[in-house]
Amino acid sequence: MKARLEVRAQPSRVAMWVAPLLAALATLLTGFIVFEAFGLDPVVAFTAFFIEPVATRYGVAELLLKASPLMLIATGLAIGYRANVWNIGAEGQLTLGALAGGAVALVLGDAGWPAALLLPAMLIAGALGGMLWAAIPAFLRTRFHANEILTSLMLVYVATLLLSWLVHGPWRDPEGYNFPQSKLFTANALLPNLIPETRLNIGFVMALAVVALAWLFVRRHIVGFEMRVSGLAPAAASYAGISARRSIWLGMLAGGACAGLAGINEAAGPIGQLLPSMSPGYGFAAIIVAFVGRLHPAGIVLASLLMSLLYLGGESAQMHLALPSAVTGLFQGTLLFFLLAADVLVNFRPRIARAAHAR
Amino acid sequence: MADSSPAGSAVTAAAVPRLALRGITRRYPGVLANDHVDLDVLPGEIHAVLGENGAGKSTLMKVIYGIVKPDAGTMRWEGAPVRIGSPARARKLGIGMVFQHFSLFETLTVADNIRLALDAASAPGLPQRIRDVSARYGLTLDPARHVHTMSVGERQRVEIVRCLLQSPRLLIMDEPTSVLTPQAVLRLFDTLRTLAREGCSILYISHKLDEIRALCQRATVLRAGRVTGECDPRQETSASLARMMIGGELPHPVHREAHAGAPALTVDSLDVRADDPFGTTLRSISLEVHAGEIVGIAGVSGNGQKELLAALSGERRVARADAIVLCGTPAGTLDAFARRRLGLAFIPEERLGRGAVPEMSLADNALLTARGAALVSHGFIRAKAVRAYAAQTIAAFGVRASGPDAAARSLSGGNLQKYIVGREIGHHPKVLIAAQPTWGVDVGASVQIRQALIDLRDRGVAVLVISEELDELIEICDRLAVIAQGRLSPAKPVRETSAEEIGLLMAGAVPTSDRVVA
Repeated sequence: MKARLEVRAQPSRVAMWVAPLLAALATLLTGFIVFEAFGLDPVVAFTAFFIEPVATRYGVAELLLKASPLMLIATGLAIGYRANVWNIGAEGQLTLGALAGGAVALVLGDAGWPAALLLPAMLIAGALGGMLWAAIPAFLRTRFHANEILTSLMLVYVATLLLSWLVHGPWRDPEGYNFPQSKLFTANALLPNLIPETRLNIGFVMALAVVALAWLFVRRHIVGFEMRVSGLAPAAASYAGISARRSIWLGMLAGGACAGLAGINEAAGPIGQLLPSMSPGYGFAAIIVAFVGRLHPAGIVLASLLMSLLYLGGESAQMHLALPSAVTGLFQGTLLFFLLAADVLVNFRPRIARAAHAR
Repeated sequence: MADSSPAGSAVTAAAVPRLALRGITRRYPGVLANDHVDLDVLPGEIHAVLGENGAGKSTLMKVIYGIVKPDAGTMRWEGAPVRIGSPARARKLGIGMVFQHFSLFETLTVADNIRLALDAASAPGLPQRIRDVSARYGLTLDPARHVHTMSVGERQRVEIVRCLLQSPRLLIMDEPTSVLTPQAVLRLFDTLRTLAREGCSILYISHKLDEIRALCQRATVLRAGRVTGECDPRQETSASLARMMIGGELPHPVHREAHAGAPALTVDSLDVRADDPFGTTLRSISLEVHAGEIVGIAGVSGNGQKELLAALSGERRVARADAIVLCGTPAGTLDAFARRRLGLAFIPEERLGRGAVPEMSLADNALLTARGAALVSHGFIRAKAVRAYAAQTIAAFGVRASGPDAAARSLSGGNLQKYIVGREIGHHPKVLIAAQPTWGVDVGASVQIRQALIDLRDRGVAVLVISEELDELIEICDRLAVIAQGRLSPAKPVRETSAEEIGLLMAGAVPTSDRVVA
């Protein structure tokens, strides 16, 4: 008996959707072993990690709140990923979005603009900020063939330092006891709440709307089709007269706009001001969300909920189980690891062969 | 229709076959690729295996070469039972194979690719031996060149030379001549005959019936996985061989007199510098294709066809707009999409990955080249219209596919080509460019594709065909030019030229074997 992998004639649709479930299962199994190793009762630990955070109305709202930036960013990234445009720097674009939108909030909020005008201005500024940051790798790639994976990633650290300098220096709140933070946003510069007594705001609705629009763009619009062709078969794209340059620009800008929007949503939502760090790594976690969700809108929504649960579970585990905060990153990494392994099943079929009869 | 005893009793008595197959059966999901196939190959014999695409020839050869394990059946090598579990084992026995689909590492050089297939002991002095063998058989090769820079025809030369270097005792050749000039084919035949006289057996797979009649002493005919006949091809006509192969009469394309109209595609002293060091620089190419005629460009691959096609299709833009004029509009600086809007359609040589996106459905692949037309409104895809267009193309060209949702890569080469041809013709082009339209396509589909090109011409479309199959060009073209070393000869009416003259023009550009050795 010999197990081997056979190439499938067509990629399996079933395996495509079973693979993330298998990966999630394997991640849970790994979690079980980790909890055991820490000497914890796995049942108690699992309850603390996966059940308790969402056992209340407030918990569910938190789940949706944290899922919003993830699905928003992952949706933007997926547009680029389908065209083989590898934007890894969403975290930096998120930071720039928060910075640009935050600048508008700080300046015009004080000037007393009404929310109906101020919020749209902030959102547009946030999206533009993210796009600006994404435009740099796009330009370097189309003009100098610089690899966008490296340039977009490096710009993350530039963005973080830029924001850090602003909140330590020019934008620091004079009444903030010297903490590195901006003034609190005025009430007209905060996103309206969705459910009373929770922190869930209309950013969630915005994220869902962007997901729907992106689905329409990728599946039904000819430009989305052209970008898919660019990603799947560059020679066919060139044969059909599809511009590779345009695909790169659109892919990067879509990712940047969504990340920037997520950034200003964080600043004008749960945070309410500018801090040196605007996200617990949403920009990176969204990469995992995009792939676990198969770059598909519905998949991304589900994957963002799972990833959000991992964030909440990690916090809960710190409080109730005294586990280090690294446990969140551990679960995220394990999930991606198992997903990539399970993805082999999409294009290959495992076969148990009879013992080879020829020698 | 065939001799009742499959082995041919008189022959078996005379000598122990070098290779004897009995009852070879191989089943794939849904297909019986080989159904109890018997085959005897005698020492020093040139034995043809004839059959349409999908008849099971390739599977049978893969069984012999150890790539595919048969589900049932036995094999004897020089009288002794053998099981060939791997190509390495086959090579050890003395079996060499020249593949139809190349098995080369693109990132390695010619010499490295050949070294991988040989024993370590034979490595020293390999580049020189490659030069020697390639010169002896007129297959020009530079051992230091990287395979990814080579055209399809040049890659096949690597395959042939690689096999000849191993001094095989059974050589399997899968359609080896399609990229050679007529003179080079004759040289190769001389080589094969010499090899056969030296005792090497040759299994020769081809759909070129004239070649088989000229070269082979015996032929085994396969249809739908079974042996349907065995004969001496020297005693048969091409028509009788074709009948055995397809089980019916072979249709012939109807070719009426051309009524050429105004020029639809004009190329005026086009110069294109080569992209990479091994590409061909195009020098001062001039050409006119009129509405209602088919112009052919013959030539051995690697003489600038790739570059010329890219420049004509718009995949590579050229500096001077009026170097290429499409239906009266200077188009040299336009991209492929803009040229399509002027009425250009293009059938490329590579079907998967260029002419079609392998992972996408046939419907999506219909959209690939129809993005400006009725299939899109206000930027949104009209999914129903796209599916209808794909279904119509499938029906009109008899494409064997499960429907518009079938992935392009699930189709056989010939079927996908029919689909691509149908798709391009369906756009009602004014100018159609086709590169190697029937490469690797079975006889029935080839006739259908050629007929489609001729019908298009009769409807007043200007058709340009670039092919290495001279017979095909002579059959369908009204005028013929030859490309050699990046220069194009003036197009001549086909009736005023001959295969020999064209062949000389083609070969005139190929460095002679003397220059290679020096």
